[in-house]
Amino acid sequence: MSVLACSALAVGYRSGGHETRLVEVESLTLETGELVCLLGPNGAGKSTLVRSLAGMQPPLQGEVVVHGDPLFELSARELARRVGVVLTERVDVGALDVRALVSLGRYPHTGWRGNLSSVDVDRIDDALRLVDAEDLADREVRTLSDGERQRVLIARALAQEPRLLVLDEPTAYLDLPRRIQTLGLLRRLTRERDIAVLLVTHHLDLALSHGDRVWLLPIGGPLEVRSTADESLASDLGRTFGVEELAGAREEVEAALGLSVELGRRADERRRARRETGWQDR
Amino acid sequence: MIASRWIWVLLPMMLVAAFVADITTGSVRVPLDATLGALLGDGSVEPTWRSIVLNLRLPRAITAGLAGAALSVAGLLMQTLFRNPLAGPFVLGISSGASLGVALVVLGGSAGLVVAVGDVGNLAASITGASLVLVLVVAAARLVPTLTLLILGVLFGYAASALVSILLRFASPESVQGYVIWTQGEFGGVTWDELTLLAPLLVAGLVMAWVAVKPLNALLLGEAYARSMGVEVGRSRLWLITATALMAGAVTSFCGPIGFLGVAVPHLGRGLLGTSDHRRLLPAVAVLGASLALVANVIAQVPGSSLVLPLNAITALLGAPVVIWVIVSRRSIRDSGAG
Repeated sequence: MSVLACSALAVGYRSGGHETRLVEVESLTLETGELVCLLGPNGAGKSTLVRSLAGMQPPLQGEVVVHGDPLFELSARELARRVGVVLTERVDVGALDVRALVSLGRYPHTGWRGNLSSVDVDRIDDALRLVDAEDLADREVRTLSDGERQRVLIARALAQEPRLLVLDEPTAYLDLPRRIQTLGLLRRLTRERDIAVLLVTHHLDLALSHGDRVWLLPIGGPLEVRSTADESLASDLGRTFGVEELAGAREEVEAALGLSVELGRRADERRRARRETGWQDR
Repeated sequence: MIASRWIWVLLPMMLVAAFVADITTGSVRVPLDATLGALLGDGSVEPTWRSIVLNLRLPRAITAGLAGAALSVAGLLMQTLFRNPLAGPFVLGISSGASLGVALVVLGGSAGLVVAVGDVGNLAASITGASLVLVLVVAAARLVPTLTLLILGVLFGYAASALVSILLRFASPESVQGYVIWTQGEFGGVTWDELTLLAPLLVAGLVMAWVAVKPLNALLLGEAYARSMGVEVGRSRLWLITATALMAGAVTSFCGPIGFLGVAVPHLGRGLLGTSDHRRLLPAVAVLGASLALVANVIAQVPGSSLVLPLNAITALLGAPVVIWVIVSRRSIRDSGAG
């Protein structure tokens, strides 16, 4: 069963009886264990598309099916158990520590007061471990760096135990090493857990090095699905972004790709070393 | 930040102390033992003293405690819903509606504008004004985004005070005086009969707030995240706004527009507990708000004198430093580059 499927979908905005169709999609699926990156220029409707797929805004036409059930038939609670979301916007949560923030992810699993059972606590520990943030658990959220905060927000989404994790430009505020770390983390999640990840990003190099497939969305559509192993991807990218130069830039793209892979390897090594020696970077 | 378990000892003690202080304060000096005797039903206490304690000070203290708790909790709800540290119980325009109602009756009557109202009192006028705004706000909450609601409330406040100032221009000096006194706020004007209407309304609002602690916590992350975690955002928003309008409207109708408590106390609570978790914050804010309202009332009575100061002046003098502290410390957080 696909984690996400849709057919004859049209998304956009409706205001005062007037429809603005941004994206039309014939059919689209997302499978368990897959990391898909949605690429496209500003204004193509990437955020609108993922918001519609994640149930945050109704599509103009067509149907989204989340793990076997039509999205509009799911209650907010049931949907939250299937789809977790990480958004671009920075959040100012006031005075909460990291564990309390991640605990909010248990929302669709807890009772009216939100009290945690031992199972909930296990899931929260697990989510913190997955994003390598156990040592942040007692820190105040507002004292975190951008990279740490993003990891913690991903942990919060994971605490929902979703089958699909949707992230809208989660790396927008991060420097290159943190971007690579985040993408590495997401890829690891798809491999170690039975979840699918859909990611909107502007970082082509990372999408190509870490993604399984890319969805290319040029302005005005149509949306195209490509494997990242595809040889002709560079010219497709050029067409998607309306930049002919990219077509002949396979070398530059590959150079950037090589650099990210190298930096990703180093980041992994550092993380391993830190775990072994118990050294903490604070 | 004080250790959590001590808070739950200290706060109730503070409330009891403030309650006792309020009940022993007033223009007539009643000895402490006579006060306690009257409260405990001792028949040998002098009738005048018993009447003062039981019929004036006890309802006043209960009103102050409930109103302080309700305004503070309502402020907390609005600060969380609007994610704005300066939001308070009156951002929805409730107090403006009540003020306009009172102004229309008190000032309009003397200016010959309202002819057919007869002898409608301040209470009926403010209840009508607050209720009308309540209905409007709840209706608007279904239709417009949250931020728009905040702007509508603020703009409605401006329009209402503009109308009030026009009425003031034409009203007689005595009725202007009456209106100004109403705007200064008072807990002492509430009788037992009125309290039987006010108290259930405020308790209902507090209970409504308490059962919403879970969505309130999720709303700390903003509406988009809250929705993604399973909050029925539209329904929760309507619930919180109804609770706030109920509490703010009831307090304003019976005690006048009491400022600053609702904005300041939630910040004090967060500072004291060191958390935004509503499961702990909300009860603490209620107790803290009740205590501070009682303390403000004691100060307004100027113990040891027959002088009575405007209640709103006291709550502002107590509350403004807190709000200033919040603004300054928030800025320092941003400036330090932590954000």
